[in-house]
Amino acid sequence: MFDYATLRVIWWALLGTLLIGFAIMDGFDFGVAGLLKVLGRDNEERLVLIEGIEPTWEGNQTWFILGGGATFAAWPMLYAVSFSGMYLAIFLVLLAFILRPVGFNFRGKIHDPRWASLWDWVLTASGVVVMLISGIAFGNLFLGLPFRFDDDLRMSWQGGLLDLLHPFALLAGLVSLSMLLAHGACWAALKADHLIAARAVRMARWLTLLYAALYVLAGIWLAYGIPGFAIAGAVASEGVSNPLYKQVAQGGSWFASYMQYPWFWSAPLLALAAAVGVQALVGRRSVAGFIASSLMVGGTIASAGFALFPFLLPSSLDPRSSLTVWDASSSRGTLLLMLGVTVVLLPIILLYTGWVYRVMRGRVTLEQLRKAHGGY
Amino acid sequence: MIIDADVVTLSRLQFALTAMYHFLFVPLTLGLVWILAIMESVYVMTGREVWKRMVQFWGVLFGINFAMGVATGVTMEFQFGMNWAYYSQYVGDIFGAPLAIEGMMAFFLEATLIGVFFMGWERISRIRHLLVTWFLALATSLSALWILIANAWMQNPVGAAFNPQTMRMEVTSFSAVLFNPVAQDKFVHTVSAGYVLGSMFVLSISAWYLLRGRNVDFAKRSMTVAASFGLAAALSVVVLGDASGYTVAKDQQMKMAAIEAIWHTEPAPAPFTLFGLPNMRQRRTDDALKIPWLMGLLGTHSLDQTMPGISELVDDAKSRIGKGLLAYDAMLTLRQDQGNAQAQAVLAANDKDLGYALLLKRSVDDPRQATPAQIQQAADSTIPNVPVLFWSFRIMMVCGFYFIALFALSFWKASRRQLDSQRWYLRLALWSLPLPWVAIELGWIVAEYGRQPWAIAGVLPTALGVSSVSAGQVLTSLGGFVLFYTALAIVDVVLMLKFTRKGPDGLGIWPNHAFPLSPARNGESGEQHV
Repeated sequence: MFDYATLRVIWWALLGTLLIGFAIMDGFDFGVAGLLKVLGRDNEERLVLIEGIEPTWEGNQTWFILGGGATFAAWPMLYAVSFSGMYLAIFLVLLAFILRPVGFNFRGKIHDPRWASLWDWVLTASGVVVMLISGIAFGNLFLGLPFRFDDDLRMSWQGGLLDLLHPFALLAGLVSLSMLLAHGACWAALKADHLIAARAVRMARWLTLLYAALYVLAGIWLAYGIPGFAIAGAVASEGVSNPLYKQVAQGGSWFASYMQYPWFWSAPLLALAAAVGVQALVGRRSVAGFIASSLMVGGTIASAGFALFPFLLPSSLDPRSSLTVWDASSSRGTLLLMLGVTVVLLPIILLYTGWVYRVMRGRVTLEQLRKAHGGY
Repeated sequence: MIIDADVVTLSRLQFALTAMYHFLFVPLTLGLVWILAIMESVYVMTGREVWKRMVQFWGVLFGINFAMGVATGVTMEFQFGMNWAYYSQYVGDIFGAPLAIEGMMAFFLEATLIGVFFMGWERISRIRHLLVTWFLALATSLSALWILIANAWMQNPVGAAFNPQTMRMEVTSFSAVLFNPVAQDKFVHTVSAGYVLGSMFVLSISAWYLLRGRNVDFAKRSMTVAASFGLAAALSVVVLGDASGYTVAKDQQMKMAAIEAIWHTEPAPAPFTLFGLPNMRQRRTDDALKIPWLMGLLGTHSLDQTMPGISELVDDAKSRIGKGLLAYDAMLTLRQDQGNAQAQAVLAANDKDLGYALLLKRSVDDPRQATPAQIQQAADSTIPNVPVLFWSFRIMMVCGFYFIALFALSFWKASRRQLDSQRWYLRLALWSLPLPWVAIELGWIVAEYGRQPWAIAGVLPTALGVSSVSAGQVLTSLGGFVLFYTALAIVDVVLMLKFTRKGPDGLGIWPNHAFPLSPARNGESGEQHV
């Protein structure tokens, strides 16, 4: 029933699902952290914002851990090449992820405004770093990354941290930043005290507008300014996972897959429609506004993944070394086993995550906060 | 291409540093969470408020430690890809699966419930909160299970075969990976060690309160729980440590021979070297104090089986290098000519030894060109650092027996209600606090340093597993880790000491007559009444 090609497509879709899950769930935490100093004017207001994400951020961050683990298991070459190639960029992201858990826990443990302010900056910086670098990394996928394999499939990489800062990649970084800040603002509009929520609504409107403009700009640039990759000759979708068995042609369009599968257009259209939805809903029905921003995030990431298909990690140095859905996966047995595990466990995860959100529902108000903390 | 030796050294240093650092926090989480679950169960069953307050007070310390464990755990998940890229793609087909399952089955549950544990006291019923705590405890141990299944595969790589077309190891039997005997013993041994640490943590801090005459009721109750749980855990660590030793003797012969400094195969049943000074160069143990028969009994659970010595295992490695070279040559032939039936047959007959040919890659680009001297050198390199393993193991073992004695004494005193009758006992309990950490880190050294020179025993040499990054890059990240981890360690210790000193009384958690208790958030920030 599940031939190798089907399993690979399923795991490509699951990789996208985990990435979107991470961006939606952890994205609003990062967005709120990034806006901490903007939306929260004093320590008390910032505490309201932090308490709005505190009970759930840890579970949300697990989407990232799971994304890493699933990539390791299902796409080991993708995991190995991207993490070792973009070494210092990933290291910065890692530092951000290390500082968050302790930041949330330690911030309130010593009562000194300088201590709280230090951790506010740490949380803000860690949010911005992750949002920006993930976008820049995504942008670089379209440009191709400078790696090649030798005959032992040992990868070598030519370039450093600064080589990732191509203008298009920077634009992609800004798309990611504005999108997730907007998403975070939508969460604050839903969760924070009305005083702060009103500020968040205005912020969300501005940020979605900015996001939409940057997103369209990136699309136009991609269509006219950046050559696409394509597999040359017959596509061996059932072939062994060895990237060197294929040939790759460069110079086509990244929109080729959109022409081949017209339903792919639903993703960018959804992203833009959802941006309009955020404008219309965030101020009046905050739950609907947050759902709209979630769809905006999901549509954006899906649209990028669709454009790349079947590529996962194109190589600018040696196009033949590019990783694609057809030649970078685990063995059929591993994909099948991991699919079984995911089908059983993912719904359970969604179930208890939903329960936790229900238990912790409701706005965090300044009044509650003053009561619980004895008035300081 | 010849691997950059500096990158290998720095990557190993970074891995050891980050793993050992992570392993300061994880075992405490593993043990403490069960103590919280026990305390909360008593609360729900008896309805006595003090037990809930105990959960909340120890929960504050648990929370600080948990955050550190999570923060440093992220590094572990991503370091394989960053620093061990060739390792990751060479064995990701097998090794990645348990890591991903750990995330889905265990860590997700743990991370999602932790918020409700701290902030849900007033939002859900007692029973539901208890269930949350129990699931939290189960999830942490389950997490250890999957990590140790992955780790056990590095020690004893079963259920996988080399695929020359993809140049990597691929799964042949998941059940073999899952039911790896090394995994089962390691799991029980490791989580029990965590339970011992959690118990010691509660025992020592409670002893400190009793020495100061503070929180007396609170501390005695805590000590009673810690003594009972700790005694069971300490017994299990040692008994299952023996089981673990038995599987090591069977599946990881070189590691066993190094731990026990068995330089040459001795007639069965072999003697046990209690103390001595292992001498790597001369391959003998100076000033050895031996107990006849004991090693054979422990290692083989028999009187008539021999245990192979280091010299014999080196000879064995040398002959495996020879077979590995046949496999290597066949692999290269297959790369040019996929259908070559003769090469396929040669590879199939020798692919279990391919890893031994890869040992030569440290000194020569094409292992087939290796000189006899290089082959001898590669065979010799399969000996791990004997003195370090020998002593680490012995200190760990002494600690293990000490824990049994201390917890047995504590249990006896607790059952006679004499916990605070003698100050020397309380001081002993207090100053024993660091010992479980010492034993646990030494256990890591025995298991992982003892695996060298292999990343995957017999399959992939550590030196070959590294990424194609520069030494400068690794130095940068290593420096960053040292800097950040040191800063975090300082903050962690400062906060731990601060909240321990404040104690249940100073935090207004118990007794509560001095401060009116507010309904919400007692467990998490714990500071609101100051």
